Amino acid sequence: MTISRRALLGATAAGAIMPVITAPWAPAARAATSVVRIGVLNDQSGPYRDVSGLNSVVCVKQAIQDFGAANKGLTVEVLSADHQNKPDVGAGIARQWFDRDGVDMIIDVPTSSVGLAVASVCREKNRAYINVGAGTAELTGAQCAATTIHWAYDTWMLAHSTGGATVKAGGDTWYFLTADYVFGHDLDRETSGFVTAAGGKVLGHSTYPFPSTTDFSSFLLQAQATGAKVLGLANAGADTVNSIKQAHEFGLTGKTRIAALLMFITDVHALGLATAQGLVLTESFYWNMNEKTRAFAMRIKEKTPNNMPNMVQAGCYAGTIHYLKAIADMGVAAAKASGAAAIARMKAMPTEDDAFGTCHIREDGRVLVPAYLFEVKTPAESKEPWDYYKLLVTTPGNEAFRPLADGHCPLVHA
Amino acid sequence: MFSIFGVPAPLLFGQLLLGLINGGFYAMLSLGLAVIFGMLNIINFAHGAMFMMGAFVAWMLLNYLGINYWFALPLAPLIVGVFGFVLEKTIISRLYKLDHLYGLLLTFGLALVLEGLFRNGYGSSGMPYQIPALLGGAVNLGFMFLPIYRGWVIVVALVVCIATWMLIEKTKLGSLLRAATENPALVQAFGVNVPRLVTLTFAGGVALAAFAGVLAAPIYSVNPNMGSNFINTVFAVVVIGGMGSIFGAIVSGFGLGVIEGLTKVFYPQASDTVIFVVMVLVLLTRPAGLFGKAA
Repeated sequence: MTISRRALLGATAAGAIMPVITAPWAPAARAATSVVRIGVLNDQSGPYRDVSGLNSVVCVKQAIQDFGAANKGLTVEVLSADHQNKPDVGAGIARQWFDRDGVDMIIDVPTSSVGLAVASVCREKNRAYINVGAGTAELTGAQCAATTIHWAYDTWMLAHSTGGATVKAGGDTWYFLTADYVFGHDLDRETSGFVTAAGGKVLGHSTYPFPSTTDFSSFLLQAQATGAKVLGLANAGADTVNSIKQAHEFGLTGKTRIAALLMFITDVHALGLATAQGLVLTESFYWNMNEKTRAFAMRIKEKTPNNMPNMVQAGCYAGTIHYLKAIADMGVAAAKASGAAAIARMKAMPTEDDAFGTCHIREDGRVLVPAYLFEVKTPAESKEPWDYYKLLVTTPGNEAFRPLADGHCPLVHA
Repeated sequence: MFSIFGVPAPLLFGQLLLGLINGGFYAMLSLGLAVIFGMLNIINFAHGAMFMMGAFVAWMLLNYLGINYWFALPLAPLIVGVFGFVLEKTIISRLYKLDHLYGLLLTFGLALVLEGLFRNGYGSSGMPYQIPALLGGAVNLGFMFLPIYRGWVIVVALVVCIATWMLIEKTKLGSLLRAATENPALVQAFGVNVPRLVTLTFAGGVALAAFAGVLAAPIYSVNPNMGSNFINTVFAVVVIGGMGSIFGAIVSGFGLGVIEGLTKVFYPQASDTVIFVVMVLVLLTRPAGLFGKAA
């Protein structure tokens, strides 16, 4: 028993610095040329890897191919990196991409805290920023920027769609399980607002550390003790999967309704239909909506056989197509010179793609995609792999998101 | 119904019990670590990855070969133990003459490689693994609704911990192991194959982690990050219990599970930090840990 304490403390300290060792991948330094460079920045190793991750990169590359960039004389390169859900890491990579690697546009960036940090770097450097993966509605609210567009969903839309539907179905007393960072707080606050406005009551919150929590039983027990009719999950990805799994284990699902405020098809897949059936959730994209979405999803599935794109990955596809369209329209030199100009051009044109159809982008940067409220099918109803959703309600894009005036975005002149 | 600090007593009892269950996992994992520290002087950072592999092997046995939980419980630790055996023979044994930090770096790298491989193959959302039918359902204890499977975990964890402690402290094999740690040259002179003993100890420690992994599979989703979520806490548990102390690892594992559980009631935001606060306090007052012998 001769091991020294110093060595052991060193071991514990090494655990803390562990993620730093996985450095982002980046090509050698290059001077600015006429090549357009797109950086996909997301979680490639943590709880949001399957929600965004490499599948987002595949979607961006598919967009470049479908747009026919090569035929239109555009040379487009894609870079990607793992931000490890840490704002400082994300902002650092963004700076390095802009200063050293000549990146013109950053896309995806899930995890709201990282999403906001990267938004301010893009504003400072005047480069285009298409956020798809982050939930916080602040991106088009008080912290909106002329360089930012926010694509597939946000916390207001989720609270309004899933939260609103749950209250309507009789769920008037809520207990929240909230991830302790900006996204969880936003979602909790927005949904609480809807619940109380509809005459319901919020009985309590458990705010747990993100991303280090895997056991939710303690919080589930506290929720059970309050007798709330609805357990609101203000979290995402692997956390949501674990919360639902353990809620089943502790018998919460009999009396209590679970409102998974943000849930993706990839999470339903991880839970399995036996556990997930009957859950109500909101996405703005589902592969099996129509001919075009199916064709798009199959193009992606060929490259990632174990996955089906969700709304974030589809948003990366749509965002890239629209960005390239704007560049082809305004010229590469002008788009590279000013990210704000490229974003302004994108806002001036309607979007058109296989995943979301035709949509508009509001002056605060919000893309007005329709919100679909789905119910997860039972194992008997599901006819083929990934056949998971039944459409309940469609909210058109202009009603699905927070009214422009309520966002207090400085870009909006009343 | 009476209450303690504004928290209803039944809720508090429930939290204590949940804390003990999580403590069971901490105890089993820190036990394996303590055994490997104690006998091999290797800071095994790949321990979390072995825990994760235990869960994955159980999942693979079920999904590829149709072998259920009850058979996976002994089989998965065996398979991961053999993997540990090969790992020790081929790689880790080369580092015994070097500083501890080399072992740390190597096992740390191994953990990253293993996690990365599983992440590439299976993603990060996790794979579903159902609770075995025999242990499904729950009992109402009056103060809480206890899933039978969680009750099973706490019983098994206690049995495994006590058995390991007995094996090392009370049997001939255990005394050989302890002697080989103190003075390998002398023990070898008595005709004991010390390198083999060391290899088997490593494989045994790793198998303990894999066993905990199989137990965890039905509770947490089987995912590549499940080990790294645990490992930092478990290292703190070992430091608090006293390096290489088997008894210390068991007691502090369960104790810290309870402290963490209570923090989740009173101030959940701090539930991932409280164990490190305890570690600092213990090191300030008892630098060798609660049950460690001062060097």
